[in-house]
Amino acid sequence: MEKLYIEPDRCKGCGYCVRACNKEALYFTGNVNQKGYDTVAVDDEKCNCCTACYRMCPDYVFEIR
Amino acid sequence: MKIKAPDTVTFTKSGFCPGCGHGLAVRLIAEVMEEMGLSDKLLTVVDVACGSLNIESWKFDTVLAAHGRPLPVAVGIQKVRKDNPVVAYIGDGAAYSIGMAETMHCALRNDNILTIVINNSLYGMTGGQCAPTSLPGQVTTSTPHGKDPKKAGMPFKVEDAFGGFESIAYLARGSMTDAANMNKSKKMLRKAFDKHMAGQGFCLVELLSPCPTNLGLPPLANIDWIADEMMKYFPLGEFRGGA
Ligand SMILES: Cc1ncc(C[n+]2csc(CCOP(=O)(O)OP(=O)(O)O)c2C)c(N)n1
Ligand code: SF4
Repeated sequence: MEKLYIEPDRCKGCGYCVRACNKEALYFTGNVNQKGYDTVAVDDEKCNCCTACYRMCPDYVFEIR
Repeated sequence: MKIKAPDTVTFTKSGFCPGCGHGLAVRLIAEVMEEMGLSDKLLTVVDVACGSLNIESWKFDTVLAAHGRPLPVAVGIQKVRKDNPVVAYIGDGAAYSIGMAETMHCALRNDNILTIVINNSLYGMTGGQCAPTSLPGQVTTSTPHGKDPKKAGMPFKVEDAFGGFESIAYLARGSMTDAANMNKSKKMLRKAFDKHMAGQGFCLVELLSPCPTNLGLPPLANIDWIADEMMKYFPLGEFRGGA
C-alpha cells in the first residue's frame, strides 16, 4: 500500500501543500522543527497519494512510497 | 503513484526563503534531467542573484557569472562542451534589465543554450527593488509610492521582444502557482531541453514565481497575487516552437 511520508526538518511552513491537497489531508501541527518553522502532517485516512503536495513543495518534504 | 524528488536536489537543504519559487523551479529541472538521463551531464550557469544559492544545494556542475551575464558564459561553455545540456538560470532582473543586451544578442544569434528565467516581478537578492517586470502601481523598495508606468514603463513581456524572432527554437511562459501549472511548466521545460539537445537553438522558459520575502506577502497570498495580478500582464503559453 502506498503512503505519503513527510520529512518535517525540510519544511519551511509555506502552506502550499495544505492548499494543494483536495482531500484536506494535510494540516499544520503547531510543532516547530529545528529551524523554527511550523510543520505539516498528514491524515492517512484522507490522503489518496495524488502527489499534489509533492508538486507544490519548494523544499522536497514529501515522498510517496 | 510513487514519487520522490531527485537526489541531485535532496542531498541537502536549500537556502531559499520560505515559499520561494526558486525551489519549485529547481525541482522541475532536476526531474526533467533525471527523466532524460542527463543528471550527470547538465552544466549550469547561475547569476549572482538568489539563483546563486543553488551552488550549495544542487549537484549540477555550476559556474557563477556576474550579474546579468550567465547567458554569454553559457554560450562559451556550450561551444566547448557541445554534447552537454547548458542552462543559464537567472532572475527577471538579470535577464531583462542589466543583462538585456546579452539576452537580446543570444536570441538574435540563436545561440544553442537553454535560459530559464525566474520572474518574481522584482530584484530578490538585493531587497526587492523595481524591475522591468514590476507591475504598474507595485510597491517596491525603489518605488515606495508604487511603480509609475509613465516614469518606469509598462511590465516587460519577453514575447513582445523575441516572439517575432523566427529562428529561435522555443519561447514560453509558465507559472508555479498550483500543481496543474507545475505540470504544464514541467512540460515546457521538457520541450525546451529536447530542442536544446537536438541543437535547435535559443530556448527561453520564463516561470512566474513567488518571492514572499520581498513582495511582503505570506506565501499563499503571493501565489494569489501572481494568479490575480501578475497574470493580467504576463499571459502563460508558448510563443515560439510550440506545436
Ligand atoms: C554589476 C552588478 N550590478 C548590480 C548588482 C547587484 N545585484 C545583485 S542581484 C541583483 C538583482 C537580482 O534580481 P533578479 O535578477 O531578478 O534575481 P532574484 O534575486 O529576484 O532571483 C542586483 C541588482 C551586482 N551584483 N552586480
Ligand atoms: S529573496 Fe525572494 S527570490 Fe530570493 S530566496 Fe528569498 S523569496 Fe526567493
